[in-house]
Amino acid sequence: MSVAGTATPLLEVRRLAMHFPISEGILVSRKVGDVKAVDGVDFTINKGETLGLVGESGCGKTTTGRCILRLERPTAGQILFDGVDISRLERKQLVAMRRRMQVIFQDPYSSLNPRMKVGDIIAEPIKVHGVEPDANRRRARVRELLSVCGLDPKFVDRYPHEMSGGQRQRVGIARALALDPEFIVCDEAVSALDVSIQAQVVNLLEDLRERFKLTYLFIAHDLSVVRHLCQRVAVMYLGRIVEMAECDELFDNPLHPYTQALLAAVPVPDPRVEATRTFRPAKGEVPSPINPPSGCVFHPRCPMAVEGCKRARPELTELRPAHWVACSEVN
Amino acid sequence: MPPLLEVKGLHTEFRTGAGLVRAVDGISYTVEHGETVAIVGESGSGKSVGALSILRLIPDPPGRITDGEILFNGYDLRRLSEPEMREIRGRDIGMVFQEPMTSLNPVLTIGRQITEVLEQHQGADGSAAQRRALELLDLVGIADAGRRLRQYPHQLSGGMRQRVMIAIALACSPKLIIADEPTTALDVTIQAQILELMKSLTLKLNVALIVITHNLGVVARYASRVNVMYAGRIVEAGSAEDIYHDPRHPYTIALLKSVPRLDQPRRARLDPVDGQPPDLTKLDGGCSFRPRCRYAVEQCSQARPPLASVGGGGHTAACFRSADLVAARDVAA
Repeated sequence: MSVAGTATPLLEVRRLAMHFPISEGILVSRKVGDVKAVDGVDFTINKGETLGLVGESGCGKTTTGRCILRLERPTAGQILFDGVDISRLERKQLVAMRRRMQVIFQDPYSSLNPRMKVGDIIAEPIKVHGVEPDANRRRARVRELLSVCGLDPKFVDRYPHEMSGGQRQRVGIARALALDPEFIVCDEAVSALDVSIQAQVVNLLEDLRERFKLTYLFIAHDLSVVRHLCQRVAVMYLGRIVEMAECDELFDNPLHPYTQALLAAVPVPDPRVEATRTFRPAKGEVPSPINPPSGCVFHPRCPMAVEGCKRARPELTELRPAHWVACSEVN
Repeated sequence: MPPLLEVKGLHTEFRTGAGLVRAVDGISYTVEHGETVAIVGESGSGKSVGALSILRLIPDPPGRITDGEILFNGYDLRRLSEPEMREIRGRDIGMVFQEPMTSLNPVLTIGRQITEVLEQHQGADGSAAQRRALELLDLVGIADAGRRLRQYPHQLSGGMRQRVMIAIALACSPKLIIADEPTTALDVTIQAQILELMKSLTLKLNVALIVITHNLGVVARYASRVNVMYAGRIVEAGSAEDIYHDPRHPYTIALLKSVPRLDQPRRARLDPVDGQPPDLTKLDGGCSFRPRCRYAVEQCSQARPPLASVGGGGHTAACFRSADLVAARDVAA
């Protein structure tokens, strides 16, 4: 199966799986099971596109991002970045690849070293990769990056604790841009910010994508931000993609019962709209990824489930043009 | 009938290394029997400190309630002794906090934590308390209640723990529940379950609810009245309809415009609130939203605008320009 669009793919993820072993025993450790954090995921991201990866805690969205950055070595599957399979690369070859892909983390408090000045934080990747050996030119580059991210270049001499959450997140973004990457994983990059500041950073991310022709994997649980920022969206549940489509198509015509439950659960900031919505929350809670349900992993919570859903795992299928769904009851 | 709760001119201050912080700087509002009131604001707006002040749970030092009245059922809670206050907490006013893992005791069983409240406040004996605890877990939708009573908090999921918190809050049939970001730590499908549960229980049992949140969607779905806070003050108050469809404070207007919406296709760009959040140690005598305000005039730097009526039904806003805002707001939209 391939899930390819018409444009040029920058990233192709095929049958990606990441299982973390669980061990028991203190003296003699033996493996007793696996946490199937990511369990067979396929998608592509085209050049210049933003793909949203959404789902609740434990669905495997962050682990997927970490595998793509090769912060984890995946258990199985392929990750083709610009045509090269990076899932099995060794350290040396990886370093060269990593210059082209960067990450922005969720928490602007814990992702910046509190003992380093802002200027040094942003200069560090440039130093590590030996891009700009000249200290003066490096300093100039840091100041440029700060102003690109909407910060006063005078901030180079500040420490992270002297800045607000929104300003720190801009520093994290400047650091991600330092190596002129093509691809950035934004892992809950605006989730920790207050509403009034979140919109500023969302706009900045959009401006940067246009200006530097960036490609984003935007991992988030806030569906409203995803609708605003992404061209396509993939919904994950318990390690698998259950639905993937163009952004408006997914939000206006969700087909998978999990996507429908997820969208219905999000309250809209408008009492008139809320008064007209009828909604019943999805029953139950997300099962453990150590021992996921048989067949379709959503069947214990699904209002549409039939006997067959307990047996066969539904494949992601293109039910409408560019709209992929993994459910045997939808057609 | 007088309102269940009337907060009048409440001030709470903290002495910090950076200076005096007026976390709550003169807020007044009422809560009627059985109604749901939302307090909305961003980090540092004073919404949580305001609620903790009602229960007198502000750590002193560094914090202190310096002025105001908190009339609950006609009694001023500020005048009660600490033992009297302890009677009120948990019996007449229940509490639900954001993080159910840190607000439950990790070394006591769920059952013990519920029966403790019943024994403390109602003098219930062992078997009566056990029966009531079972009923309560049933009420908040926890299946297999008998087994759950013997379990510890770490054996429950986040959503389940929050249900236990609600059971404890409801244990003594309180008249008011204060819920501080009750669903912020939960996933969205679980958030919806918990909010629906709180809504149906408060209706069924006629309990008033103060829900403190930063989530404008949650407010729109559940609250009848809304207080918007900024830098320690209520800047706008009214019915949910007033706040969302006729906002009269520049902060409310800017906040509503800055949120992307799930039910609408993408707009060209978001319209963020300009500038940075206020530094509470450096507020002056003017309007604290002034540095970020698109409509600020000279007058705004000289005095603080009082909360004044801007329409019927108790809709109030603290802005000198709330009358001219309507035209400007609608042109911009």
